[in-house]
Amino acid sequence: MAFAGRRDVPEPPDFGILKRLARDQLIYLLEQLPGKKDLFIEADLMSPLDRIANVSILKQHEVDKLYKVDSRPALSTSDQFCFLVRPRIKTMRYIADIVNADKMSGRSRKYKIIFSPQKFYACEMVLEEEGVFGDVTCDEWSFYLLPLDEDIISMELPEFFRDYFLEGDHRWINSIARALQLLNSLYGPFGKAYGIGRCAKMSYELWRDLEEESEGDGQGRRPEIGNIFLMDRDTDYVTALCSQVVYEGLVDDTFRIKCGSVDFGPDVTSSDKSIKVLLNAQDKVFSQIRNEHFSSVFGFLSQKSRNLQAQYDRRRGMDIKQMKNFVSQELKGLKQEHRLLSLHIGACESIMKKKTKQDFQEMIKAEHSLLEGFDIRESTSFIEEHIDRQVSPIESLRLMCLLSITENGLVPKDYRSLKTQYLQSYGPEHLLTFHNLKRIGLLTEQSAGETLTAVESRVSKLVTDRAAGKITDAFNSLARRSNFRAISKKLGLIPRVDGEYDLKMPRDMAYVFSGAYIPLSCKIIEQVLERRGWLGLEEVVRLLNGNEFSVSDSSVEDNPAWESQRIVLAVFLGGCTFSEIAALRFLGKERGCKFIFLTTAITSSARMMEAMIEAKA
Amino acid sequence: MSRARADEEEYWHSSKFRAFTFDDEDDELSQLKESKRAVNSLRDIVDDDDDDLERVSWSGEPVGSISWSIKETASSSTSSLESRDSSLQKGSSSYAAFPKQVSSYSLSSLFKGRNRLPSFQSLSDALSDTGVKNYAPELRRPKAEYKDYSSDWSPKDTVRRMQRGKICSLERFRSLQDKLVLLDEAVAGHDGNVITAVLIFLKRTLRREILFRELEVRQVALCHLIHFLKETGEQKLLLDLLRFLDRTEEVALSQYREHLNIQDVEKRREFLKGCIGLPFSAEDTSHIQDHYTLLERQIIIEANDRHLEMAGQSEIFRKYPRKASILNMPLVTTLFYSCFYHYTEAEGTFSSPTNLKKTFKIPDKQYVLTALAARAKLRAWDDVDALFTTKNWLGYTKKKAPIGFHRVVEILQRNNAPVQVLQEYVRLVEDVETRLNLATKYKCHDVVIETYRDLKDRIQLTAYKCKVERGSAEEEKINSVLNNTVRNTCFFFRNLIRNGCRLGVRAWLSNILFVLAGKLILHLELHSV
Repeated sequence: MAFAGRRDVPEPPDFGILKRLARDQLIYLLEQLPGKKDLFIEADLMSPLDRIANVSILKQHEVDKLYKVDSRPALSTSDQFCFLVRPRIKTMRYIADIVNADKMSGRSRKYKIIFSPQKFYACEMVLEEEGVFGDVTCDEWSFYLLPLDEDIISMELPEFFRDYFLEGDHRWINSIARALQLLNSLYGPFGKAYGIGRCAKMSYELWRDLEEESEGDGQGRRPEIGNIFLMDRDTDYVTALCSQVVYEGLVDDTFRIKCGSVDFGPDVTSSDKSIKVLLNAQDKVFSQIRNEHFSSVFGFLSQKSRNLQAQYDRRRGMDIKQMKNFVSQELKGLKQEHRLLSLHIGACESIMKKKTKQDFQEMIKAEHSLLEGFDIRESTSFIEEHIDRQVSPIESLRLMCLLSITENGLVPKDYRSLKTQYLQSYGPEHLLTFHNLKRIGLLTEQSAGETLTAVESRVSKLVTDRAAGKITDAFNSLARRSNFRAISKKLGLIPRVDGEYDLKMPRDMAYVFSGAYIPLSCKIIEQVLERRGWLGLEEVVRLLNGNEFSVSDSSVEDNPAWESQRIVLAVFLGGCTFSEIAALRFLGKERGCKFIFLTTAITSSARMMEAMIEAKA
Repeated sequence: MSRARADEEEYWHSSKFRAFTFDDEDDELSQLKESKRAVNSLRDIVDDDDDDLERVSWSGEPVGSISWSIKETASSSTSSLESRDSSLQKGSSSYAAFPKQVSSYSLSSLFKGRNRLPSFQSLSDALSDTGVKNYAPELRRPKAEYKDYSSDWSPKDTVRRMQRGKICSLERFRSLQDKLVLLDEAVAGHDGNVITAVLIFLKRTLRREILFRELEVRQVALCHLIHFLKETGEQKLLLDLLRFLDRTEEVALSQYREHLNIQDVEKRREFLKGCIGLPFSAEDTSHIQDHYTLLERQIIIEANDRHLEMAGQSEIFRKYPRKASILNMPLVTTLFYSCFYHYTEAEGTFSSPTNLKKTFKIPDKQYVLTALAARAKLRAWDDVDALFTTKNWLGYTKKKAPIGFHRVVEILQRNNAPVQVLQEYVRLVEDVETRLNLATKYKCHDVVIETYRDLKDRIQLTAYKCKVERGSAEEEKINSVLNNTVRNTCFFFRNLIRNGCRLGVRAWLSNILFVLAGKLILHLELHSV
């Protein structure tokens, strides 16, 4: 795909079919257990399920009562239980307990477990161990892809981040490969594939492997999506750790957008109710401000409310006929707009209130210094004070991680002192959190072994016996270096700006961080698409620890006139943030192409930090 | 006249351009508030009916949504869905973003594709597999019913079949060699689910030392086994494995982690005591030691204070009943608690702040922040004052703080300190801009006026006039500053320039010294206004 100047941005393909597929399969699976049944749903699956089906659909297929998995089951008289779950050991034990309790009391029921998106062997092992293997039937609901918006598809697997990057478990790679296969069969064939990161590479390989068996399927078809770019989250932690300042990102950071919708509490709705609002391109107000820097949002909203006022005021001079027209044609739209407008104004107000309370401005300043690499001392003491005042355990962690990643690890003295103060402020059990952060490489201590990589390769050449394992192991725990400063310099991530950066008329992707920093992940995508490969980026790739690839499928017809050539599927393994989405939407508009986002889950700094905290079993 | 005006312009600096900040309550937010007012005023025109709004239950879930329904079953599990649903169907379509199944695609054509059977596949495969391959949804027989006991798959094919969800018996991989080849194939296949499945088989069929030994050189597989053991809770085997690998620190952390699951405090304390001897790094050992000591203290304080509170004789507990127990709280929270309830106690008691400070080596900064917050909460302004007052060797008192005074102000403000108290600390903020912001935000008029005067910012000062009450002492002060300073300094400036013209450069330069001295005096005078 070439960026040949500004062109009209192509329309995204219709992803509604993904919802229908998932719904139809679920219905099919429910019908496999004919007759009335109670349905137990995993908490994490409820919101995604809500987006594709509703109670009446379940009802039509003889679901009687609904329960949440994990709550103690009520005394149910139903003869059939159906469990709709993620493949987790804990849930298997929960189900086994129910089955075994029934056996003890001599009740006989039919049980069916529907795993989404797939079944794991370990789960079956638990069922076997608990002695219920033959008593339950198992099925898979291949619900890999949930379209959250016209350009965002989520796998709704937030646990991918911890499972892969912290525990090193490859269990979700198969799900990713199958998701790619499905997308490829519906919207492909993808002519060009790019990627960076170990997981990206493995997912790509497994997907190609699956694809080989079904060859001939998509040949000769005209694709709707021409390019795919896979990226591991650990290629760029920095961007995910920054405070978000585009509207959608701020809403996510402040209220938590869950599965494309948000709960606005009483402080936003200025009533005593909470309202659940679906945030997507259909929301006419939201779609215009979602990608804007927060400072431009006020002006827009007040302009909009003035317009609305004017349109209402037009009623005054109308005769009956005009009035009739107005009521039948415009009023409904205006009312809808009015409702949305007041919600978003309320949200802005609430965000402002919260941010002023926790000296957001000072925090942003500290973050920008970290990104640019000056006044490190000052930023460190800002973080220290943040911890001492017990402002927020998650924010404190986030700032420490940002400091560590941008500085290639903390100076041992700082590491020790910040850690001690953190444990004192937020509880000693966070010793475990620090250990996890060190393992994943988010918060590390600079050590005398900075040159270890060189030593490592020499040693592993010399030692071939079991000791080699031990050594690599020791090196592994040291986690890879981030090299952020060097990469930033190479790619020009800190824009040189003279005068104020005009946030209302952004000139590059840096606007999503107030003009202070171009998100690394998005910059890499931009560069690779521009060059149609990694040529010329060798140094950057080396600093990013390699694992890059670029493959064009020669069997796929490559017609530059096709719109699909300008549609890119950006796959984020380990989550992507709304800031990154906004930045790439901006890039797309500039270059006349369209990005479709596929992510294991929408993420944010807070979600990443929370994933590192150990909870009781 | 115009001359004097020009002088004035020269005297006053221009107002600094102010960029958008999140602290900026005034402009942007008022704009926002205005829009809000405008929109809200429309409400009565609009709110006549709600037909296009989502119907939302008290919890905010759209009525008829699945999450809503589950909450309903939880609250009233006796009534069945049947009766409810009919009345709710109207609202249930709130999320119906896609049209009702009008697709030009036929579903079956989407899932099916001809499967070109690879030539190496054996006859049994061809028999068990139909030629049609399913991708996405499994719309035929559930996989569980498949059983393929064919035993001559190569390790590679076995892994491939398992990746595709087919059940394969692993029993025929009996030699160590075969098992390891199988494991390596699983790792090469990138599917963690299969890797774990193979590991479960190896764990069952190999002595653990042999398994451990082989995993040591297979890092990816090792990670999977460790994660699997964590998830299934096979703690003993996990510890054995970690010990075998010489990962002593992880052994310690993994054991320490168990304390999260102990509810009873006494048991938890005993457990933590046992953790002190674990092979942590030196640094972490002291953290564990502190954890134990902290809980020990908390148990003592809790018992004591509960007793005090019950007896009802201590005034502070009567006035501010405890909201929660102090058990298992972080150290800083404990310090806050002790500054709140036990501030004046002698160092000898376990609950006194000074004792905590000493025992846990709490840094000054941390201590002051916490004590300040606690005493401000009680509105004990004298204690606050004492925290920052230091005497030098001459006996003069001076205000000093290990933290920035803007922090002090913020904490005081959050506890609703009166302006008189607040003002005193705002004045001590060193950075002019921060001082101005704080003073404006918290309406410390005197400080604002003084600062603008020192900055010689006439425009801001004049603008500030509309923020103070008409006819108040503050307004008068602004007026007098505006009048006095301008006249005085203009006079000096004019003289300076005039003299320069008259005396020639050299004399003028020597004169400058004199004038500067004069300015200095003027400056001092201004301060004493």
